[in-house]
Amino acid sequence: MSAQADGAGRIATAFAAAKAEGRAALMPYMMAGYPDRDSGLAVARAYVDAGADLIELGIPFSDPLADGPTIHAADTQALAAGATLRTALETCEAIAERIPVVLMVYVNMVLAHGGAEQFARLARAAGAAGAIVPDLPLGEDESVREAFDAAGLAMVPLLAPTTSAPRRAEICKVARGFVYLVSTVGTTGERAEVPAALAALAATAKADAGETPVAVGFGIGTAAQAAEVGKIADGVIIGSRLVRAAGEGATPAESADAVAEFLAEARVSLAG
Amino acid sequence: MSANEREQSTRAVIPQRFGPYGGRYVPETLIAALDELTAAWEEARDDPAFDARQDALRRDFIGRPTPLYLAERLSERVGSQVYLKREDLAHTGAHKINNALGQTLLAQRMGKPRIIAETGAGQHGVATATACALLGLECVVYMGTEDIRRQAPNVERMRLLGAEVAPVEAGARTLKEAVSAAIRDWVANVETTHYVIGSAVGPAPYPALVRDLQRVIGEEARAQALAAAGALPRRVIACVGGGSNAIGIFAPFVEDAEVALVGVEAGGDGIESGRHGASLGAGQTGVLHGSLSSVLADEDGQILEAHSVSAGLDYPGSGPEHAHLRDTGRARYFSVTDEQALQALRELARLEGIIPALESSHAIAWLLENPLEGDGFDVLCLSGRGDKDLAEYVRRVGESR
Repeated sequence: MSAQADGAGRIATAFAAAKAEGRAALMPYMMAGYPDRDSGLAVARAYVDAGADLIELGIPFSDPLADGPTIHAADTQALAAGATLRTALETCEAIAERIPVVLMVYVNMVLAHGGAEQFARLARAAGAAGAIVPDLPLGEDESVREAFDAAGLAMVPLLAPTTSAPRRAEICKVARGFVYLVSTVGTTGERAEVPAALAALAATAKADAGETPVAVGFGIGTAAQAAEVGKIADGVIIGSRLVRAAGEGATPAESADAVAEFLAEARVSLAG
Repeated sequence: MSANEREQSTRAVIPQRFGPYGGRYVPETLIAALDELTAAWEEARDDPAFDARQDALRRDFIGRPTPLYLAERLSERVGSQVYLKREDLAHTGAHKINNALGQTLLAQRMGKPRIIAETGAGQHGVATATACALLGLECVVYMGTEDIRRQAPNVERMRLLGAEVAPVEAGARTLKEAVSAAIRDWVANVETTHYVIGSAVGPAPYPALVRDLQRVIGEEARAQALAAAGALPRRVIACVGGGSNAIGIFAPFVEDAEVALVGVEAGGDGIESGRHGASLGAGQTGVLHGSLSSVLADEDGQILEAHSVSAGLDYPGSGPEHAHLRDTGRARYFSVTDEQALQALRELARLEGIIPALESSHAIAWLLENPLEGDGFDVLCLSGRGDKDLAEYVRRVGESR
């Protein structure tokens, strides 16, 4: 396999394995270095042990525009606890042999440190399979995607409910790894219900994405919601609910237990 | 170039980029709204009915044109002629109303009943609340709690005008976090809401939209200078935070190669202290609030907090067009410290009977240290009045004697 196909290939394998079991892939999100470095590491390992298929690993950033209050507060706390890009890469490295890791990183961090080529090299060296850059929409993404392609880091694009049909088709065409479908108009965070329009939205996304899996995120905070979304998408991303659980632990072990309990339930629910 | 040609060249197309800077670095959810806004502005600015309504309100509601005032005692002190462009005399006390009125008229035309805005010094918040009261639109203004403390009178003004002031507790609780909070609100409510951004920053088309709406400052000043002095100024000087008053007064002079353009940033405690707001003079290329520009950030790309006595300049970025004007050498950017700005505020009050905003005081401070050599005159944008800053002035300097 060429280096170029590496990241996307690992992601494809993980989605295919879940599909072979007749269920959607489970992709928990976590914030590196939150609530502190060791707890972050414990959470990452707990995700693997609790049956995650892929992990979305957030790199703490000072100005996370796509994130709601829970993850924003986690960014702030992780940074206050001393987290840096290095902390996130170490967290990635600790689990990347066991599971595909997709980084969630804001564009200013991609461009710092000597640019997208250097970022992609660092991410690949830490074992990352892909990266989601939530503030780099189609139209601004070309040079960064080229740099990621050259390093074999899959650049996962986002689709929103407000995305036009022609734009959706274009985004699906340039997707690497999978397409991240944002379930609802808004920032990340738990919501009472899965939007009624999501099923239709997921169907159009899947039609445009073809072979590329479509994973849904934003607002999924219960095992039942995960199961509901799992019926209409290839993957389910759970973020704020787990970040909240991780933050409630007073020790790394407590954080790990809290997220593992929720994830195990979600995993069972997805298989059901 | 004739006035007509100048107009044509600016109206050709709404730029997404200024050199390498600008762009739309925002969540995908907002792209449709930015497209909609771009199309609406392209249509509105070519609609004579929109122009006529805006012109009438500029004249009768804002009080435009604002005077270009030959400040004689200040000129004597500096040693060369200085004209002040009196945006402090615009309704609500600053240039911010030009943009707020234009954008709310545009929102009304787009059928968006709800307006959100961010504010630092409170001037943009007051201007937006004022325009919303005028047009009968719902208005929510995000404001950091540190700025709420520093700018209490403006908070009361916004509430009196019927706006909701939404306090922002994140980060340093100043302008940067207020912008972020407004953008998050917009992401969640984009279908019913227009975001009136207050400076020439943000994702395209905002930097160009805000410049177009503030351009009236420079158009008037240029015509007034020619009428009063029979010549163009040697230098045009303005303070720069996000940079809307500066880009507004610079824009009509950009093609006049003989006119120097000078932007003055917040030097805070001094550039070497690391506590400042000089993102053009001491920043790095990066993305903040949706555009690529010059920002204050660390080696990891984390955005740093700015520091300035002036809430309106307390921002770690600048508009992308300023970054481009800096790179091309067409405009030059300097900074003055908090201390110099506070002294300049007092100096202008005593010399001219004008209490300038702390933001505008930065431009005055630079002028006091950098008199024009030889013939000719300067035009300085007095972007706002200083009533809002009195409490902060007294806190920093002691009694106003």
